[in-house]
Amino acid sequence: MIRYTEKIRERARELLGQGKVDVFIGYKKGTVPLMNQPVMIKRAEDVDQLLWDSNCCLNLANYLTKRTEKIGIVANGCNSRNIVIHILENQIKRDQLYILGIPCEGTIDHRAVLRAADNQELLGYSEDGKEFTIRGAGFEKTLKKEEFLRTNCKTCQHRNPVIYDELLGDPVPENTEVDPFSDVKGLETQPPEKKWSFFQNLISKCIRCYACRNACPLCYCPTCFVDESKPQWVGKSIDPIDTMTFHILRAYHCAGRCTDCGACERVCPVAIPMRQFTKKLNKDAKELFDWEAGLTLETRPLFDFYKTSDYNEFIY
Amino acid sequence: MNEWSPKITAFLCNWCTYGAADLAGVSRLQYPPNFRVIRVPCSGRVSPKFILAAFRQGADGVWVSGCHPGDCHYLEGNFYARRKFALLKGLLEHIGIEPGRLHFSWISSAEATKFVEVATKVANAVGALGPAKYLIKQRAEVA
Ligand code: SF4
Ligand code: SF4
Repeated sequence: MIRYTEKIRERARELLGQGKVDVFIGYKKGTVPLMNQPVMIKRAEDVDQLLWDSNCCLNLANYLTKRTEKIGIVANGCNSRNIVIHILENQIKRDQLYILGIPCEGTIDHRAVLRAADNQELLGYSEDGKEFTIRGAGFEKTLKKEEFLRTNCKTCQHRNPVIYDELLGDPVPENTEVDPFSDVKGLETQPPEKKWSFFQNLISKCIRCYACRNACPLCYCPTCFVDESKPQWVGKSIDPIDTMTFHILRAYHCAGRCTDCGACERVCPVAIPMRQFTKKLNKDAKELFDWEAGLTLETRPLFDFYKTSDYNEFIY
Repeated sequence: MNEWSPKITAFLCNWCTYGAADLAGVSRLQYPPNFRVIRVPCSGRVSPKFILAAFRQGADGVWVSGCHPGDCHYLEGNFYARRKFALLKGLLEHIGIEPGRLHFSWISSAEATKFVEVATKVANAVGALGPAKYLIKQRAEVA
């Protein structure tokens, strides 16, 4: 994946230098290993901050909302789908964007890596093809990337960008063997009380920091339902029912829009796998409406059109 | 001791099911008394937030009813609603709300007998599940 870094810098330098874009959005190294940060580059001389490796986990579409300048941006599979959604939802215009597409080989789960390092502090990270190496005080470990992929990357069905102006490498083979919804299907067979306790347990540590909402490119409403007060849809406490209401509605607002990019899970300070909510919606959207979010600019979003023959079996 | 009987929030479209309830009334048709009816201009007006709010405030069941597909007063409100409800029902049942708490129907203003049938079916289904267990927001006692 490192191989993209040079190309991104080179193209960003040209695009900024020629005035084709006013700002370039990509990733830079974070202050601690495994934590790459989004960065906005405005001057050609700063492009050497840009990089691409297996820790580019936040969703850059989040930084496009309502911007007015010309923007260069890197986009792998899931990020490109969120860009499509942003364009469809009028958050940005296609002709404002210059997209450098990245065929993606997956990103790694920093929590799993930290566990493999017995939660010792990491001081260095480097990667080489299918392996990566972590370093700390008095230890060094080389691990296989394949074994540390984030769960959404393991089951990703759209690793190649769906929209781009140029592709920085050859397309990678898509992963058609795996079932992205096996976990959801497993839970679907459980009785209601098991499901309820599963989800209660899942969110029990939530501190309602809203990082999951803020990291998601879909959540751009000027006033979020959590901040509405007349009526107040959800209390502000960490009462379990309020927290559950928050998670149901946060997920539901992503229905037909979520790309399973995993940014929400990535940023959660208490490691809540809240994709279990959105994945159910993604599964139903696929099964009932043959819908996957953000694949094309040609169709309106799921809830913005209908067919007279839509699924009707649940209605008397 | 009063015997428990379910409280069901019913969101009924002004242009059809609400009229059907009216017609059932003037035709002296009997239907279960468990509903707290909220009149809405269209089933498309029913936000998932309304449904959650009803459950949070202690409704044992929720029933949303609008015009038959093709008969919407606003032409297509119920078509949009149908997509939203399909995914909402799936999500709520996935997190543990029992199937049988949340109901949807299409009933025209002439269908008083269908109104009675569906109302009975909804009341029986919710009644069989007993009082709502999940998603009720406990409110602080105010002295
Ligand atoms: S809900 Fe999570 S996985 Fe879905 S698009 Fe938003 S950040 Fe990505
Ligand atoms: S990021 Fe985690 S702790 Fe914060 S609101 Fe979301 S689920 Fe809760």
